Amino acid sequence: MSMDTQSPPVTANVTPPPMSGAPVIIENLTRRFGTTKALDGFSLHIEPGEFVALLGPSGCGKTTALRVLAGFERPDVGKVLVDGHDVVHVPAQKRDMGMVFQSYSLFPNMSARDNVAFGLQLRHQRGAQRRSRANELLELVGLAEHTAKYPHQLSGGQQQRVALARALAIEPRVLLLDEPLSALDAKVRAELRDQIRGLQKRLMITTVFVTHDQEEALSMADRVCVMSRGRAEQIATPAELYSKPSTEFVAQFVGISSRVHVERTGDSVALFGRDVRIRGAAPEGAESLDALLRPEDVDVVVAPTGLGIVTHKSFLGATTRLEVGIGGASVKADVLSSAADAFELGTRVDLVANARDVLVSASRPAS
Amino acid sequence: MASIELGAVLEGEEVADLYTPNKQTSWFMRVHWWRGMMLFLAAAYFIIPFYAAMQFSLQNVQGHFSLQPLTQIAQAGGFFSALWLSTQLAVGTMAVVLILMVPTVIYVHLRMPRFRRVMEVITILPIVIPPIVLIVGVDGVTPLWLKSSQWLLALIYVVLAMPYVYRSLDAGLGALDLKTLVEAARSLGSGWISIIWRVLVPNLRSALLSASVLTLALVFGEFTIASLDGWTTIPVWIYLAPTNNPRINTLVAMIALLATCLVLMLIVSFDRKSRHSRRS
Repeated sequence: MSMDTQSPPVTANVTPPPMSGAPVIIENLTRRFGTTKALDGFSLHIEPGEFVALLGPSGCGKTTALRVLAGFERPDVGKVLVDGHDVVHVPAQKRDMGMVFQSYSLFPNMSARDNVAFGLQLRHQRGAQRRSRANELLELVGLAEHTAKYPHQLSGGQQQRVALARALAIEPRVLLLDEPLSALDAKVRAELRDQIRGLQKRLMITTVFVTHDQEEALSMADRVCVMSRGRAEQIATPAELYSKPSTEFVAQFVGISSRVHVERTGDSVALFGRDVRIRGAAPEGAESLDALLRPEDVDVVVAPTGLGIVTHKSFLGATTRLEVGIGGASVKADVLSSAADAFELGTRVDLVANARDVLVSASRPAS
Repeated sequence: MASIELGAVLEGEEVADLYTPNKQTSWFMRVHWWRGMMLFLAAAYFIIPFYAAMQFSLQNVQGHFSLQPLTQIAQAGGFFSALWLSTQLAVGTMAVVLILMVPTVIYVHLRMPRFRRVMEVITILPIVIPPIVLIVGVDGVTPLWLKSSQWLLALIYVVLAMPYVYRSLDAGLGALDLKTLVEAARSLGSGWISIIWRVLVPNLRSALLSASVLTLALVFGEFTIASLDGWTTIPVWIYLAPTNNPRINTLVAMIALLATCLVLMLIVSFDRKSRHSRRS
């Protein structure tokens, strides 16, 4: 396998395929595998040219949703409308959807150019025209030098870029990306992430991207659909999702949250000696509340008589993450790495809430 | 300290000696003696009977080797028709067994992976059932028009070849990410025939070659069924050769063996060469 993992930027002077995104409406999809409900009334509306990420933990149904959309799975109940037409009974090969898979899916017996030209050949494009189009698309993904290479001669990142060019070659109505970056190393992943997003913006193709990596989803997508147990927990822009998670699951999954028991005073809670407004509505009927905090919601100060003790410390580069044990809870907080020397393990500290408002949920019963 | 001492020992000429090509230890020295012994025994096991048979066939009464018996083969009646029949049967059997088994094994791998164990048991049956039982059973249920055709023999050979073909294809498909390749091709607009012909078959070439080679060897070596069904294939001709000279029969058997080996080696080297040229 080639060691060349450099990812050149999307070539600007190449004519992109004339694509336009189709609107996609997924309504009330249900799909069972035996007794397991992989999808349980899943619905999602995608605008033409929009980039939507399906984000969730393993087994939440995101890949099943994508496979139903691609035509590889048939739902037990529900509709999939592409451009206003229900495609549930349309076989995968007639849906005009390009797909990039998690595992390298290039045909091993074909060169990069032949892989890209495969879909064009099925559409009866003539040889010279087909090869020329394949070359253009490979140039578009920055692989003009590698057209004659076979998959085993390409690095993982290069293979995924060929797969992307191959999916784009058929000018799909919808582009489906099934964790295409998860098998790549961090550097290549970051490069390819930018490249995919750049291409999607240029081509304005409706794109559905499945990932379990929140950083990927938040950095690439126009909107993110967080899934849990076969349902959409929240569909929102990355900023909204991060700052205003609508459920405890979303708050826990998107960003790292700590739970701290708090006392309610009207529409506020008392958090580390400060009154902080409750974000959204507090759970009705809950006698006892927990605040859900992100590391940046809390400041840490060294205090010899403080109530907290630093129990864990991880260097993250510019910042260092501390875990502070306080009142039976463990709270994560970030400090600048340049100031982290003051926080050795066992150091007594005080926590100060710096968030304007905070998401709360009913307290969990003590385990 | 130990590493320093080791470094000192390996300094200078000694290190140079280790990496000088003309002073490299020979291949025989590197191979353990027992491996050489095993290789020798295995080679002797195959070569001694072959040599004995060739000696029996080609040595004349004065004890000299002569190629004169070779000319008698062509003069013996029925040899070329037997060779032609065996070739037709081999090609027909290969075609039918591959057309039947390739889609079946792909289907089992994709849609019924749990059925693979059952398939393994089913496909072993032709080896377990004695050929005489097979031909008697088949003859009992075959319509008359087919009974008189040589292609009945090919159909029986299809059953006999099934275990070998199934295992070759099973191993070949197991080495591919079948589901992903099929789904990738489908998402690009490919139908099933196109997927099998253009995506899977080229990637199963080694498995298909191995299945073909085994089928060829089986057809060219099968005697019982062909004999009972009344067809003079190469093995039957060898047995019944109208030469009144057992030396000629033995010589033909040896030539058939050599020819089969040659064909197998050619097929395998062709596969290797084409793979090598693609990679380079």
